[in-house]
This record gives sequence, C-alpha cells and structure tokens, in this order.
Amino acid sequence: MRPWFRRRRVGLGWRPITWEGWLVSAAAFGLVAAVLVFLRRSPERFPIVILVLAVYAVVALRTGGASAAPAAATRAGSEEPTAPPEPVGTAPVRTPRPAPSGPPMLVVEHLAKRFGERLAVDDVSFEVAAGEVFGFLGPNGAGKTTTVRMLGTLVAPTAGSAVVAGIPLTPANGLEIRQRIAVMPENPGLYLRLTVTENLEFFAGLYGLRRPGDRIAAALEAVNLRARADDLCGNLSKGLRQRVGLARAILGDPAVLFLDEPTSGLDPVATREVHGLIDDLRDRGVTVFLTTHRLEEAERLCDRVAILNTSLRSIGRTDELRDRLFRKRLLVTTAAPVTDPAHVFGGVPGVTAWESSDSRGYELTVTDPGLAAPAVARALVAADADILSLSEERHSLEDVYLELISDDVEAKGA
Amino acid sequence: MSLQRMGAVVRKELRDFRRNRFLVGTMAFMPIVFLISPLITLLRIPASTDPSLVDRAVGVTSLLLFVVPAVIPPIMAAYSVIGERDQGTLEPFLTTPVSREELLLAKALAVFIPSVTVAYGIYFVFALVVRFGAAHAVWAAVWHTPQMLAQLVFTPLIAVWAIWVGIAMSVRARDVRVAQQLATLASLPALGITTLITFRVITPSVALAVGIACALLAVDGIAWRFVSWLFDRERLVTGSHARSVRGAARGAAGS
Repeated sequence: MRPWFRRRRVGLGWRPITWEGWLVSAAAFGLVAAVLVFLRRSPERFPIVILVLAVYAVVALRTGGASAAPAAATRAGSEEPTAPPEPVGTAPVRTPRPAPSGPPMLVVEHLAKRFGERLAVDDVSFEVAAGEVFGFLGPNGAGKTTTVRMLGTLVAPTAGSAVVAGIPLTPANGLEIRQRIAVMPENPGLYLRLTVTENLEFFAGLYGLRRPGDRIAAALEAVNLRARADDLCGNLSKGLRQRVGLARAILGDPAVLFLDEPTSGLDPVATREVHGLIDDLRDRGVTVFLTTHRLEEAERLCDRVAILNTSLRSIGRTDELRDRLFRKRLLVTTAAPVTDPAHVFGGVPGVTAWESSDSRGYELTVTDPGLAAPAVARALVAADADILSLSEERHSLEDVYLELISDDVEAKGA
Repeated sequence: MSLQRMGAVVRKELRDFRRNRFLVGTMAFMPIVFLISPLITLLRIPASTDPSLVDRAVGVTSLLLFVVPAVIPPIMAAYSVIGERDQGTLEPFLTTPVSREELLLAKALAVFIPSVTVAYGIYFVFALVVRFGAAHAVWAAVWHTPQMLAQLVFTPLIAVWAIWVGIAMSVRARDVRVAQQLATLASLPALGITTLITFRVITPSVALAVGIACALLAVDGIAWRFVSWLFDRERLVTGSHARSVRGAARGAAGS
C-alpha cells in the first residue's frame, strides 16, 4: 500500500501525501473543532479531543508517517532505488585539440558600461565559438562580473552591442536570451530552506522543462549528488552547494553557460570533478564562458583566454599569448664555464642572442626552440662542454597575466 | 505569460515561507492577537445591551479583523525581493527566462494565498465562536449578511493592496526589516474607508460597497503596474539605476 503520510524532514510530525491522508487529517481536525465548539460546556470534551488526536497519530504513523521521504530517484519518478555515490574517478587529462571553429555563440563589439562616473568596462570586443571554453581573467574590479551580467541581460550596456547564443542583445530579446543561457555566479545562490531536489524543481519550472524529474536526476548524476538529493541546501558544505549550483546551471541544457569562479571553495577532488564536467560540456558542444582567478585552471580548461582590466588587455590561446609577450629562450647549464661562449653560441643557427645568467648558466634567445636545441647541444659537445641541462624556458599563464596586469599597475602608479 | 513558470515560483515561495520560522510565527501569532481581543469584547456583552452599543462593538471588532489582511501580507511581501537578494538567490533567479510580470504576479499570488486563507480562517473561527458563545443580539449583528459579505469581499482587496505595497518596498529597500516596517505602515491607509463605514461616518449601502470594491480593485491594478515599473533588474543586482544610464543599448536589462 502506498503510504498516506510522510515524516517531515523539517519540523515535527508528518504530512499527508495522498488524498486518503488529507481526508483522515481533515476528518480528525474537523472532529476536534466540532467537539470544542459543540461540547464546550461538557467536561468530557478534552478526553474526547485527546482520544481523537491519539487515533489520528496512530493512523498517521501506521500509514507511513514514521518513515522519511523516499530517495531522489523515487521522487524524480524513477523506479530504481538511488544508487550509492560513485567513487570519484580520475578526471580525464585534457589532450590538445584544435580550437572550436563553429559559428560564434558570443559576439561582443565595443561593449562598455559606466556606473555614474566610474567606467567598469571599456570598449571590449571578442567572439566565442560554439563549443569553446573561453576563459575570462582579470584582477578584482576588472569588469569581469559586469561583462557577464551584461551578456546575461541583467545589466544594460552603456555602449556597444552583443549577440548572445545567436540572439542580439536588445531589451526585447531578454527572455529569449535567458532561455538559452545559464549563469552560475560565484555564490551559487541556493534556497537554503529547500532541499536540493526542490531547488532544482524550481529552476526546471522556470525553464519550462518537460519531464523535469529525469532532467533533475541526470543533472544530479552529472555532479555526483544523487545521494544528497533530499538534503536541505542549508545543511550542505560550500563545496556541495557549488555542485548544486552547477547542476542547476546545466539543468536547462543551455547553449551558453557562464560560470563565475565555479571551483571557488572546492577541495582538490571536487575541483577535479568540476573540471571533468566542464570538459564533458565542451564535448557536448556547450559554449562555456569561464570567469576565474585560478590561472592554472584557465590554462588547463580553456581553448582561449581573455585578460581584462576594464579594457581588454589581451586575447588568444595561452601559447599565443606567451609567444606574444615573451621571447623564446633556451636555458643551458654546464658542469664548468664554457670557454669562449660567444664563439660557441654565436655560430649556432637560430640563436639570435645569448647572455650568461651565472658562471655556468646561459640563456639563449632563439627563433625556434625545437630546431635550435639540438644544434646548441652539438655545439657544446664540440666545445668539450659537459651539459647538465638544456631546456626551453616555460612561461605559465600566470607569467602572462602578471606581465599584462603589472603594466597597468605601473601605469596607475606613474 | 507562462503558468508553468508562475506555478514554479508560487510553489517555491510557499515552501520557503512554510519553513521560515519568523514568518510562520508572525502568521500564527498576529491573527490570534487580533482574534482574542474582539472575541472577549463580544462574548462579554450581555443580552440586554442597547442595540446601538452592540452595533458599535461589532463594528470595532470587524475593523480589527480587517487589520489581519492589511498587516500580514506586507510582512511576507516585503521579504519577497529583498529577501532573495539577502540570501544571494536573486541573481540566478533573474537570469532565468522569467519575465518581470510573471515574477511579480507569482510572488504576489504566493503571499495572497496564505494571508487571505489566514484572514478568512480567523474570520470563520470568529463567526463560529460568536454564533455559539455570544448573546443573540451580538451574533445576529455579526451574522448579518451585508456585514459578512463586506468582510469576504474587502479582505482580498485590502490584502492585494497590502501585497503590492510590500513588494514595492521590497523592490526599493536595502534591508528586509526596513521594507517590512515601511510596508506595514504604508498599507494601513487601505483601512480608512472600512473604518469610515464601520463607524457609520459613511452610511453603508450595497451601491457604496460595490463602488468602493471597484475602486479598490482599480487601485490594486494600478499598484501592480506601478510595482512593475519600479522593478529594475539592474538596480536590484548592482544598486545603480539602469534608467539613468544613457547609451545605445539602454534598457537591455529591463525586460
């Protein structure tokens, strides 16, 4: 028999979940009200009320009121019981892949936003292709969130234009754009008095999803949260709330997903899971606009990055940015100082300049490290030098970022 | 306008209200206060009391019962927008395909259902207790058809006015408590007309009641449009006013 009542997860007692339960409840409380009104002068009224309430309590407990709410899968309409949480797998290592070259999902032209006297975003232009993971980097107050809010139709640009998910950003298109995008702010913004499933049910309703139960179950599965589906969001840790926020963001199957610091506050395992999820989204053709402070995260996930500091400072693939900002160099260490290094390095093809970093270390500026390195090795061997190390100087995205932003800091200081 | 989206908002709001102890406490406590005092007054009136005094006492108690739909909705409605912003849920909510009208109507409906249910419930209990506990002259005055009809018709109209006042404060205020206090104060003038009728300053008649009901309905409609005009996504999210910004794409955040 299907239970008539369900024990409350919040508060005391139970609540009817079928028409039989509601009928029993209405009958019990109607009877109590009638006894209190019609037998108001009778001394027997209190024992009768207690008896009625006791019978009601027994019926409620015997017909399901003692058991907690069923698991998410049952609530979502699935016949199968909820699976235990899967062990956290190793996130796939990203293999180099060509940059997506589909039609642009975001086209931003000369976008600007001014709040009173303060210029938050100035003349920003870029395009993001379908299926691309696009990193948006910049210091605090650089205008990243304002840009996301403009593209998310929350804030009106002061100047410029944009096309979001193929739809021009105009006042009339706000609803249509919001139907095709999802935004996850840094604070996931969950209703803490609602359960995980209830939060997702709400957003499924707002997106007008058909078969929301299946979609919710799939979203929870994607973020490995099915076992916590019936927990109040207020009882979840920050990391778990972040995952619920991600589940909400992918619920409506958006064409463009704006993620603002999606791994903020997550432990390394959860961070790796989120990275895996973003990789999956890219494989499914979802365009991801990722705002982050974590440069290693941007380097690992993003096809291209843009560095913003009110205006756009640079945009491109991370290796392109490196090439643009830094000269290519080989670092050489030998067991003893090289005799006449000017002669040794000067005759190597592809080496355009060299300098000594210390008595046994040399930094060579080259046109192509791949071609120059073997030639440098041969030249050193020919000069009877014992090579301890020969490597290409590596610049991280952090170096690129700091190089660009420090220019701005210096300019402000001047 | 999408009923599915509005339904989702109403369900969420009702769940959230139900688990908000402050709101539940307020909704339980305040109506009881406004119920006990009139009941004590009416139950103590002896059968031999002058009919004019009975009428006056019934008028005062009816007015107290009108305070319930004027006071409870603003407390809940004032929470509806500023409360979302306080808990950080407003931005994700506003980036969904919900329109301004859907959002406001659904929020208003979510406040209307419990507050009018409570107001009617309180009146039902009041009428029932008076029927079986008070002197004949008293219960006859309370169970007077025009009196009951006025209560039934004016309760939702006053509640709707109070709801729009509450939401308007919630849209503009920066703090939940400030919004609640201002909204409660601002919703009280709706009681003015009923006060005048209750104390026979304006002689009640069916035509007058219908006229006032229509006027209240029109005011409620105007209040909705006014609140829609006040509702500005940009101002809610950033604190600055989109309408003051001049530019090519002005108002993109308004829809």
